[in-house]
Amino acid sequence: MKRRMRRSVKTQARSLCHFFSSDMKNSEIVLSARDIYKSYHKDKIEVPVLRGVDVDVSTGLVTALVGRSGSGKSTLMHLMATLDQPDRGEIYFRGERMDNASRRRRDQFRNRDIGIIFQFYHLLPELSAIENVMAPQMIGRSLWNYVCNRKEIRKRAEAMLDRVGLSHRATHKPAEMSGGEMQRAAIARALMTDPSLLLADEPTGNLDTETGHEILKLLAELNQNDGLTILMITHDESIAKNADVCHRMKDGQLETRGQTLQVA
Amino acid sequence: MYRFLLCFRYLRTRYIALASIISVTLGVATLIVVNSVMAGFSAEMHDRLHGLASDILIECHTSGGMPDPDEQLRKINEVCGDQIAGSSVSVHVPAMLGVDFNGQLVTRHVNLVGIDPETYDSVSHFGRYLLHPENQDHATFELRQKGYAPDRDNFPRSGWDYRHAKTLYERELKIERDRIAALSQPSVSENLPTGPLMSFGAPAVLSERADGQVAEEFDPMVDQFPGLVLGISTCSVRYRDAENNVMDRFYCRPGDDVRMMFPGAADDIKVVNQKFTVVDMYESGMSEYDSTFAFCRLDQLQEFRGMISPETGTRSVTTIQLKLAAGADLNAVRDALRRRFPPDVFAWDIQTWRDMQGPLLAAVRLETMILNILLFLIIAVAGFGILATFFMIVVEKTRDIGTLKALGASGGGVMSIFLSYGLLLGIVGSGAGLVGGLIFVDNINKIAGVIEKITGQEVFDPTVYYFSEIPTIIHPFTLVWVMIGAITIAAMASVLPAMRAARMHPVRALRFE
Repeated sequence: MKRRMRRSVKTQARSLCHFFSSDMKNSEIVLSARDIYKSYHKDKIEVPVLRGVDVDVSTGLVTALVGRSGSGKSTLMHLMATLDQPDRGEIYFRGERMDNASRRRRDQFRNRDIGIIFQFYHLLPELSAIENVMAPQMIGRSLWNYVCNRKEIRKRAEAMLDRVGLSHRATHKPAEMSGGEMQRAAIARALMTDPSLLLADEPTGNLDTETGHEILKLLAELNQNDGLTILMITHDESIAKNADVCHRMKDGQLETRGQTLQVA
Repeated sequence: MYRFLLCFRYLRTRYIALASIISVTLGVATLIVVNSVMAGFSAEMHDRLHGLASDILIECHTSGGMPDPDEQLRKINEVCGDQIAGSSVSVHVPAMLGVDFNGQLVTRHVNLVGIDPETYDSVSHFGRYLLHPENQDHATFELRQKGYAPDRDNFPRSGWDYRHAKTLYERELKIERDRIAALSQPSVSENLPTGPLMSFGAPAVLSERADGQVAEEFDPMVDQFPGLVLGISTCSVRYRDAENNVMDRFYCRPGDDVRMMFPGAADDIKVVNQKFTVVDMYESGMSEYDSTFAFCRLDQLQEFRGMISPETGTRSVTTIQLKLAAGADLNAVRDALRRRFPPDVFAWDIQTWRDMQGPLLAAVRLETMILNILLFLIIAVAGFGILATFFMIVVEKTRDIGTLKALGASGGGVMSIFLSYGLLLGIVGSGAGLVGGLIFVDNINKIAGVIEKITGQEVFDPTVYYFSEIPTIIHPFTLVWVMIGAITIAAMASVLPAMRAARMHPVRALRFE
């Protein structure tokens, strides 16, 4: 069984080689982390998680952050998504410093400028798939603005669901959907506000190989066809290998700074 | 938008929260029922108290009363004539009622009131509480033939019909007794009551008839003593029979003769001992009145008490009752009269009907207020239930809160989800309570009937209350403040959990398992 799984991962990695290949010309840095330090406190003991990390995410590229669990890659992603604040260091979005921006600006940044998908999808269980997809628009707009534009928003949400191949599940609640479907809905939700980049935290971590493969394929398509910038956190070397840029993290530091992969 | 969508969804999917607001529903329903019943009772009581008492009552405490009431009324009219709609003078005197019941004397302390039936009805409701329908329209102190209390099933036979039958019976009884006395030992006959049962000795002015002439011989078949209207409870007791039916036992009834003993008006007080014929009964529903008042004609009472000046022929009264025009300020008129007739000069007591019933009205108000406070405490307890449930829901929704924050929702936005959820729960809970309470109030008498059947215990005991149905009044203002209060408590209970949700760290929330 194990052997079969290992073989299938290898096959998947091979077949993904062409997924994350992009045109590298004219790429600008959209999000960057500069000299980030972060530590957690556990019973008065300081546990350093990040120790001076620099990461750049360039437009149109798939950037992978790979590392074992506990290496600080998720923490880094949370900091770059302004979900948390670094002890030291800066986060820049298109040259604008985000880590010490106002709460309102950070909320707006998460709502409009980036999209996030998670390992556990994090769909709201009370809402149907299409309502989950519309959620960022509901959050970002005032009640009046939303009501005035609800038809367009719904149309866009339907288009997004269609884009991820989930239009037949629009009215289903997350509990009625499979893991892959939920992750597709989460991707549609993340793309609803047409963000500058997509942050993906172990997007296939909770999926079986086959479904994970499909999700990666979908992300690759979005990258290739729509030029979607992706920062992907993964512990799976085979996925990371196929990214345009791959940063390897260990013990809160970048072990190897990624090189842009030139796929023939 | 998402906050409303989410809180509506939470409302539909979180039944535990709905359970937590059942106490709010019950609290609101109870508050509405209690307030409606209390308002009904209170209004009924106000209505009756006010109906029985005039707006302003001027009482003179001297035994001789105030002389020349017309002159006093003129002075009163000078002070506040424009606000007075009606006036009546009367004599109030404490008296002892003696009723012969099966050869024994039943005595009661009563307030004997001499009234002028024409003017008395203009200051207070008198006629409408009498038992005979003709007296209700036009009160006289003459005994009616029959037809007393047509709406009461068990009311005994009364009026001239009864008086004739009784007199004939007593005469026959006397003949029979005399015959037995003649046959048996003289000592035995001495112990037996002799003569008609109602004979208490020779009356002083007893046989004086309404026309003022002294009858040569008093014949109960055609004559009556001065008319007396007795409060129904002064001469009856209410009880339950073996089948648990409410019954009244009357010691006397219209057509019977009774005795009244009361002080004369002279300074060296002498007791006047006067026979009256009961001509009707007075049932207001207020036990305080029904068990203490007896009414007779003013001019007769003035004569009996010696309240007519031998020199001038002017008559004294003890009480002046005023009816004020609609919208007049009772207290202002009272105060103006008190200034005109200062208490240190005049031995008068000038009161409004509210002053007289002050303790009773205040007690009802206090009772209503305490009940309201207690019931609001119940809703407050329900508020703590909501608080606990909300904390649970916030913990359950931790990951969703993290998700919302990751999608750009602000702390305030997340807070408002739970605040509007609390508000919505409050609205739903108190709305259900409102509907339930109103339905309950609407069917309160049927419900009381059902409870009676189930428990066998009478909810609304007619031996205690004189209302045949539970009176209810729904004040829209009460509904509004009860609703606002309950909704506020529910919303307040959600503030702390909502703040906790708002302050939740997004990363910790996302990682929460």
